[in-house]
Amino acid sequence: MSAVIELAGVTKAYPGGVTAVRSVDLTVEYGELVAIVGPSGSGKSTMLHLIGTLDRPTHGTVRIDGHDVATLSDRQLSALRARRIGFVFQQFHLAPGRDAVTNVADGLLYTGVARKEREWRAEAALVRVGLGDRLTHKPHQLSGGERQRVAIARAVAGDPAVLLADEPTGNLDSVSGAGVVTLLRELNEAGTTVLVITHDHEIAESLPRQVPMRDGQVMA
Amino acid sequence: MKPARLRLSDLLRLGGYGLRSRPLRAVLSALGIAIGIAAMTAVVGISSSSRADLDQRLAALGTNLLTVTPGQTMFGEDAVLPDESVSMIRRIGPVQSATATGKVSSAVYRTDRVPAGETGGLALLAASPDLLSTVGGVLTRGTWINQKYPTVVLGATAARRLGNVPSVYIDGRWWTVTGVLDPVPLAPELDSAVLVGWEAAATYLSFDGHPTTVYTRSVDAQVEAVRSVLAPTANPSSPDEVKVSKPSDALAARRAADDTFTALLLGLGAVALLVGGIGVANTMVISVLERRAEIGLRRSLGATRGQVRTQFVAESLLLSLLGGAAGVLLGYVVTGLYATTRTWPTVVPWWALAGGVGATVVIGAIAGLYPAIRAARLAPTEALSG
Ligand SMILES: Nc1ncnc2c1ncn2[C@@H]1O[C@H](COP(=O)(O)OP(=O)(O)OP(=O)(O)O)[C@@H](O)[C@H]1O
Ligand SMILES: [Mg+2]
Repeated sequence: MSAVIELAGVTKAYPGGVTAVRSVDLTVEYGELVAIVGPSGSGKSTMLHLIGTLDRPTHGTVRIDGHDVATLSDRQLSALRARRIGFVFQQFHLAPGRDAVTNVADGLLYTGVARKEREWRAEAALVRVGLGDRLTHKPHQLSGGERQRVAIARAVAGDPAVLLADEPTGNLDSVSGAGVVTLLRELNEAGTTVLVITHDHEIAESLPRQVPMRDGQVMA
Repeated sequence: MKPARLRLSDLLRLGGYGLRSRPLRAVLSALGIAIGIAAMTAVVGISSSSRADLDQRLAALGTNLLTVTPGQTMFGEDAVLPDESVSMIRRIGPVQSATATGKVSSAVYRTDRVPAGETGGLALLAASPDLLSTVGGVLTRGTWINQKYPTVVLGATAARRLGNVPSVYIDGRWWTVTGVLDPVPLAPELDSAVLVGWEAAATYLSFDGHPTTVYTRSVDAQVEAVRSVLAPTANPSSPDEVKVSKPSDALAARRAADDTFTALLLGLGAVALLVGGIGVANTMVISVLERRAEIGLRRSLGATRGQVRTQFVAESLLLSLLGGAAGVLLGYVVTGLYATTRTWPTVVPWWALAGGVGATVVIGAIAGLYPAIRAARLAPTEALSG
């Protein structure tokens, strides 16, 4: 089987002249744990969006889990995201006023799984991220680290091929941040491919592979 | 790879979440729709109830009463009906009964001390013995006038004006009040009248014996035929000087007047509904602007453009349906309260209820469509960048 992520000559130019990502070649095998590092504005988020099929490249090919993104329609890309890609964001993006189980279960809304099954899987995912005793807590009743764990549970509840995390520790203190990284490591050990953008050199260096970026390019 | 369909139950839950996350805003914008629908439902309901009441009353009163009154001569003077007109009319085949009142020129006073001329606008009418059965009059209390002796029966309004008097003073003589009438819907002119016996009027009040109003009932199917021959029968020598009318038509005409008023109020309700719809659209546009991050998140979770669009349309539909349901209910209650105070039956036609709900569905769909399309067009990365 081929790699889970294959970028070949990928360029993303925004109208107005900014080229955020510049002829990037990148291959990530199934089961890898990769840190993407680089200064602000170097194109990390843009590349993650391209990998996550939230955006299409201006040039080059993006293959995710064997699918060439260019050949897929917007609907097909949505289905790919629903089943094969999990996202974690710096701002958590949890629905306020809804408890942890509901937040995680709603992450499976677009997979076609029935509601009972979604809730059951959400509980399992929450237990997996160590929040088995916070199932009915609402976001405002949780700490920042716990909220990010809920978001991670939502991303992995559907058992995606790849987990994409854009500065998941950016809004957390170092202790909670370390906890989140440990969790990502555990998930990776259990088989999930993980890509994580981080500004923290200590975190980056602790991970098996680093992809350094500068000016939209991946440094060899 | 094909995207999974969003289940209807999930879609409804999604729409509900959106509304519940900002309950006050949802209630306020649904209120606009509710007021519009309530106004329209109540207007239709009240006019239908009033109509149902009128139909009931007309059915009870009968629509076969015709009245004959003298018009004017070709010289513009008041015409006179011939004395024998009542008996002539009675001889028309389909006529079931004919009876008359005649205007007496004397004035009615409450006491013998009231100065002459202060009659209080009461008419004095000589009445045939069978007047009540023909016009459908009913005595509130007492008995019908004695034809020979100086006795009177008071119409409902006349009784109210005179108060509870044992007798009235007419032409230097006390006349005993023997009874009081209920209002007579088909002959409202009797309400403000004081009735005396035909013979007594001739004996004591120098009544000329000319009938001034002839009341006649006919076989229902023949009313129009009778109507066409009444004038020449009542006054064969000058039928043009006779006026024939059908009191139930006058009542029904009030209904037509109601209809114009109803149309006006319906227009006002429609304006309220339009404003309500704009309120919903506005709420949805704001909601989409505020929820860019949610939209981006859902796209990253695998929602298709169509599913995002459907979610916002569903939210808008729910919002206006909520308003519509509340409005229909409110309109029904208002109709019920109003009809009850008027002792009308409460009638809200099913088409008004269905129309109310249908209108809100249309409004919700239209109001939600543009914001929903905008939400769906939003690029996921743009939405996530906040
Ligand atoms: N929608 C856009 N339109 C135009 N330019 C954009 C857009 N999004 C990003 N850029 C530009 O692309 C470049 C890379 O942005 P990107 O967000 O990928 O950087 P980053 O490495 O994630 O930075 P940070 O570490 O600060 O998050 C920046 O110069 C940015 O200004
Ligand atoms: Mg970034």
